[in-house]
Amino acid sequence: MSSPSAPAARPVARRRRRRLDSSLIVGIALIAVIVIGAILVASVGRNFFSAGNIRDILTGMSVLGFVAIGQTLVILCASLDLSVPYVVSLSSLIAADLMAGDPANIPVAVLAVLATAAVIGLANGLIVTKLKVNGFIATLGTGLIIKGYLDSNYKGTSGQVPWEFQLIGATGVGPVPISTILMLVVALAGAFFLARTRTGNHMFAVGGNEQVARLSGIRTARPIIIAHVLCSITAALAGLLLASRLGVGSPTVGTQGGYDLLSIAAVVLGGTLLMGGRGSIWGTVGGVAIFAVVDNVMSVMQVNPFLKDVVRGIVIVAAVAVYTSRQLDRRRPRFGPGSAASAPPTSPGAGEPSAPAAPAGSAASDTTGRSEANA
Amino acid sequence: MTATTATKPSLPNRLAGLGRTLVSPRGAVFLLLIVLLVMIAVLNPSFAEPGQFIRFVQRVAPVAIVAIGQYFVIVGGEFDLSMGSVVTAQVVIAGNLIGQDDAKILPVTVFMFVFGALVGLVNGLIVSFLRVPSFIVTLGMMLALLGGVLYWTGGAATGNPADSFREIGRGGIRDLPVIDILPWSVVVLAIVLGLAVWFARRPFGRTIIALGDNATTVRYAGARNWWVKTSTFVISSLSATVAGILLVGYAGVHPSVGRGYEFTAITAVVLGGVVLGGGRGWVVAAAAGAFALEALFTLLNFAGVPSTYRDAVQGVIIILAVAYAATTVRARRRGRALETPAANSPADQTPPGSDPAAQTSPAPPVAKEPDPDSVSARPAPIPSTQRADNETKGGS
Repeated sequence: MSSPSAPAARPVARRRRRRLDSSLIVGIALIAVIVIGAILVASVGRNFFSAGNIRDILTGMSVLGFVAIGQTLVILCASLDLSVPYVVSLSSLIAADLMAGDPANIPVAVLAVLATAAVIGLANGLIVTKLKVNGFIATLGTGLIIKGYLDSNYKGTSGQVPWEFQLIGATGVGPVPISTILMLVVALAGAFFLARTRTGNHMFAVGGNEQVARLSGIRTARPIIIAHVLCSITAALAGLLLASRLGVGSPTVGTQGGYDLLSIAAVVLGGTLLMGGRGSIWGTVGGVAIFAVVDNVMSVMQVNPFLKDVVRGIVIVAAVAVYTSRQLDRRRPRFGPGSAASAPPTSPGAGEPSAPAAPAGSAASDTTGRSEANA
Repeated sequence: MTATTATKPSLPNRLAGLGRTLVSPRGAVFLLLIVLLVMIAVLNPSFAEPGQFIRFVQRVAPVAIVAIGQYFVIVGGEFDLSMGSVVTAQVVIAGNLIGQDDAKILPVTVFMFVFGALVGLVNGLIVSFLRVPSFIVTLGMMLALLGGVLYWTGGAATGNPADSFREIGRGGIRDLPVIDILPWSVVVLAIVLGLAVWFARRPFGRTIIALGDNATTVRYAGARNWWVKTSTFVISSLSATVAGILLVGYAGVHPSVGRGYEFTAITAVVLGGVVLGGGRGWVVAAAAGAFALEALFTLLNFAGVPSTYRDAVQGVIIILAVAYAATTVRARRRGRALETPAANSPADQTPPGSDPAAQTSPAPPVAKEPDPDSVSARPAPIPSTQRADNETKGGS
């Protein structure tokens, strides 16, 4: 959420252009995508805003939405989670196996799934913080370990989900599916967690600048571990939802969805910096919605499925290019192409002194208000 | 193994130092590789025969070449996730455009290199001028390229190219005395590795490493950052093209031939002790990382481990290897941070890496840093800012 950081960044950064909140840019992009999509859909004689179509879009949002919400927390802490597709698959299998078609087993199965995911997330977090392994490699490794377990123990779909649990994926309130409502509730909880809890604020601080965060008296390991645990748990929720939709558990459901890279793309599409420290849950939800609308429009227009990937790739890059052109001075100079170093034509010297100060200052101001509680 | 011998002419001093620093992160991958090869040779003595071993090198060649390309991108501070798709695209292009016509081999090969360079150029220019994170740019390129190739072929790749073209990947110089056959793949790998080592030691290659370490400094030093960064992507796409040419001979045309190559390459590079985020690493170690990874798979094969557990073991190994390197590199960097102003050596392989403990221990710990991992002496401002940079880089 940009609410705690925006006031601090404003006096430091010297920008003449009017500042746009990153969530607002995502919203504008989403509206633009919807308008273009509606025109395209209308051109083939279909109604974009029909109840069925909206229901399709919202359904398409829910699974990726769960994964991307967790991924947002991890990326805010300047880490990554590439193990999510395997956690999704594992969750769907555990859920379907434990339920075994009996409604009485639902609570046990859900608890077991969440506990397993929490353990995986804890392992990820500990490897990242204690063993000092880069998040990219650590979660790639744990993902491979889970993949090895899945490939060795499951030959195909397994288990049986009772009808009562399948209702979660099948019913809806009007045009809004229950699964999307659940996803939005989780998003609300995530946004509240980031904006109103100490750990949530610490995540911004640690992701923005770990050194400054530590010197401000934050235990830097804890927010990262919690972010990884929460990310695995939301991936497990996505797995539960997929199990409820499919009626069985599947060892390939996560990898087929490509949830690792797509969730990262959705998070970045939602205006969160890949290098951590800035971003918001609602931006991520907007990014997921953009994906869902683009996919839906292509489905309605019966675009060749291979060409869909081409369009997806172009949309991701183009959308992020639009954001970054407005967010130059928000990025830490050492990371990525946003540094003043690679921008001789646009800002010869103007943004450089302020750029390093901005994230450090905002990170510090995030934490100073609460550091006495932490100490 | 070949990695070390190939560089021998140009780097005798480094090889001598390597023996001493095999336990340091720089040398750890070579130690790992030797251990793995010895274990394979124990399990299956015929592996140590020159003919068998050269076959192993031939099998590793495409992965090692991709890893060499990925090394330049990673050491420059970026990612290239599009390499697997470039490999696939080149394989499919070769299969579809060359067909059985020998006369088309040369023009199509030229076209493939131009296409590879173009992909890299697009990646690099978008990263440099539109300021999109490379992770996203190359992810988009990966989706778009693979989708485009599959759309072009209708989802099913057709026909292998002419046999004389495939000869590059599967043939070789025959009837040699000791090794019986010297595959062209091995020759290509040796050339690529030699070029990479030479290039990395040129001023331009050093600028790439400096760019990954601190882009602002490089700009103040007068380099054209956008061109340096773009060239790393061009290099990686070109290396993926070479790997594609080898693979089309070795494995044939298939739309999934390059799948997962980007992650394999990144794993190999990281296994070679190259720091994600840029600025640290050696290209030969990156190639050795590819060899170690493939040796690990071979070992699991010979040891009778079910192939489904290969991934799990790979996951454990890369976490452990990087954890080992990360903890040691930290200690080493701390040592170097104290040493650099005095030593003032542009080539950073000599003294500080060998014995971190001896350098950090005499200085008293600083009280204001509670984390036990970072307790080290830091005289005042300059080294502390330097360390701040290094530490954040590790978390990126």
